[in-house]
Amino acid sequence: MAQQSASDRQQVERWAAALGGTVLAAYALQRRSWRSLGVALAGAPLVYRGATGRWPAERALAETAARPATIEASVTVERTPEELYAFWRKLPNLPRFMHHLESVDEEVDGTSRWVGRSPLGFPVEWRAEIVEDRAGQLLSWRSLPGSQVATAGSVLFTAATGGRGTAVRVTLHLSAPGAGLGRAVSRALSPLTEHQVREDLRRFKQLMEAGEIPRTDAQPAGKRSLLGAALPLGEGRR
Amino acid sequence: MRALCWHGRHDVRVETVPDPELLNPRDAIVRVTTTAICGSDLHLYDGCIPTLKRGDILGHEFMGEVVEVGPAVQNLKPGDRIVVPFTIACGDCYFCREGLWSLCDNSNPNAWMTEKLYGHAPAGLFGYSHMMGGYAGGQAEYVRVPFADVGPLRVPDELSDEQVLFLSDIFPTGYMAAENCAIQPGDTVAVWGCGPVGQFAIQSARLLGAERVIAIDRIAERLLLARRWGGAEILDYEQVDVLEALRDMTGGRGPDACIDAVGLEAHGHSLDATFDKVKLTLRLTTDRAHALRQAIQACRKGGVLSIPGVYGGLIDKMPFGAIFGKGLTVKGGQTHVHRYLRPLLERIAAGEIDPAKIVTHRFALADAAQAYEIFKHKHDGCIKVVLSTDGAGATASAS
Repeated sequence: MAQQSASDRQQVERWAAALGGTVLAAYALQRRSWRSLGVALAGAPLVYRGATGRWPAERALAETAARPATIEASVTVERTPEELYAFWRKLPNLPRFMHHLESVDEEVDGTSRWVGRSPLGFPVEWRAEIVEDRAGQLLSWRSLPGSQVATAGSVLFTAATGGRGTAVRVTLHLSAPGAGLGRAVSRALSPLTEHQVREDLRRFKQLMEAGEIPRTDAQPAGKRSLLGAALPLGEGRR
Repeated sequence: MRALCWHGRHDVRVETVPDPELLNPRDAIVRVTTTAICGSDLHLYDGCIPTLKRGDILGHEFMGEVVEVGPAVQNLKPGDRIVVPFTIACGDCYFCREGLWSLCDNSNPNAWMTEKLYGHAPAGLFGYSHMMGGYAGGQAEYVRVPFADVGPLRVPDELSDEQVLFLSDIFPTGYMAAENCAIQPGDTVAVWGCGPVGQFAIQSARLLGAERVIAIDRIAERLLLARRWGGAEILDYEQVDVLEALRDMTGGRGPDACIDAVGLEAHGHSLDATFDKVKLTLRLTTDRAHALRQAIQACRKGGVLSIPGVYGGLIDKMPFGAIFGKGLTVKGGQTHVHRYLRPLLERIAAGEIDPAKIVTHRFALADAAQAYEIFKHKHDGCIKVVLSTDGAGATASAS
């Protein structure tokens, strides 16, 4: 019985939300001014709630919180483990292929200062230390306590069979501080997804093998459609 | 500069666009002198290849004069006359080092898109969708050529543009198709499709020692060219039952190798061809594969199926049982153009083949949109169109 009434209440809530959202949208359509656009946008979550029974952010946050805390990716590069390790070990090289990084500076005490770009564009800064360093084989690091971002990672260089280059395997742990909503928010701010890590590794390979990263971002083209201009077709954009 | 831009299905326009610039150290900028429309450009024109954007410059068969090189390009200088392979390759990855240039790991900035479709991504291509890299094409006055230190071939002045232009794609593509057949003395090779790639496959099968070549098409002038230029026996599939005819002509055994130079827009009147057409209309499939199915059916036991024709996505009703049951070898893929540039230039210089014979129509770049229409509908006996940027051929001319 209690369940029944809860479901009824949900139904009422959803109809109210849908109706509210529609009224706001109708008002906005009639006025057709910038301010009314804002009103229409404010109504959008109501419509969403009405249609799905959920608030939009609820879903997005639930999904981000569910993102795996460990990202693994690997690539094979036609160079020796020693060459690849040497390039990676010079940490200021990393932003050349990791596009979410602005800069990495090594300090005299062996720690490093990392400046990254969050998905929303503002800089995120943290300090890190090398945890393990085996020349030509392995490098691992972690952020120092008190950083905005809590992260740890490693890169492993293993010679592939038959002298066919080196397998490079990266493991990243993104342990966001906090729990619940706070945890989800800090995850959302974390600049990394698995796709980005894979693309970083691909750029590393391109840089090591071909000496440059292929680009088609600044090429001539005829008149684009609005949608075409907005589509995120990556193309090595920097 | 002026360039031919794609704006949607059957809508291409010559527009004024910005000039290309050097973006990477291994780039060169080339002033295009002559370019061509490829049969595979018609797949773009017909809207069969996904991830094209409005405004994209098309064209992957082109040649011209170097005007600028990046600091890492040591082997070319401004003024050099070059032909450019349509496949873009770095020369340094595992695949380039193995000679599998069209499978280059490093030339496609959008490799992730193709990986979603194919598992792995082949090389970037000029003017052939964003999935294939999003490179601006060569049906333009100027073009940016990446990895210019490994791709382009310098060509001697005594050979004309039309004699060497097709080294960029269709001659090597036809040649690789024939090479993939592993032709033995006495072999019979059947070729589906007598467009430009089919014609070069016929020529190359001859150069590589095939005793008989059988050409299949429905367009009279293309069959005629196959017979006159390629010395092929010809079959018009609208007049005869191809499978029956091939069996008859080979004493029941079937051709030793079958080349599908048609690709994903095959015509045909059989049940499977009609079914493909319906599914395509409903967007339930991407490729029409009638020629491929027929080639599988026709091929002799233990024979080779060589596929230079372009396929993009999914095919159903594929007689895989026949491939298995007859122990066929299947070879295909984009052409490893870099591998063939020098040997085929030598054959041209030695007079063993004159690729210019394929050209039927010449236009100025300004009239490229009209040229696409004529080529698509095979009007006026059109087999191959070349476009020049200097205004020569400004009036349409059939040779």
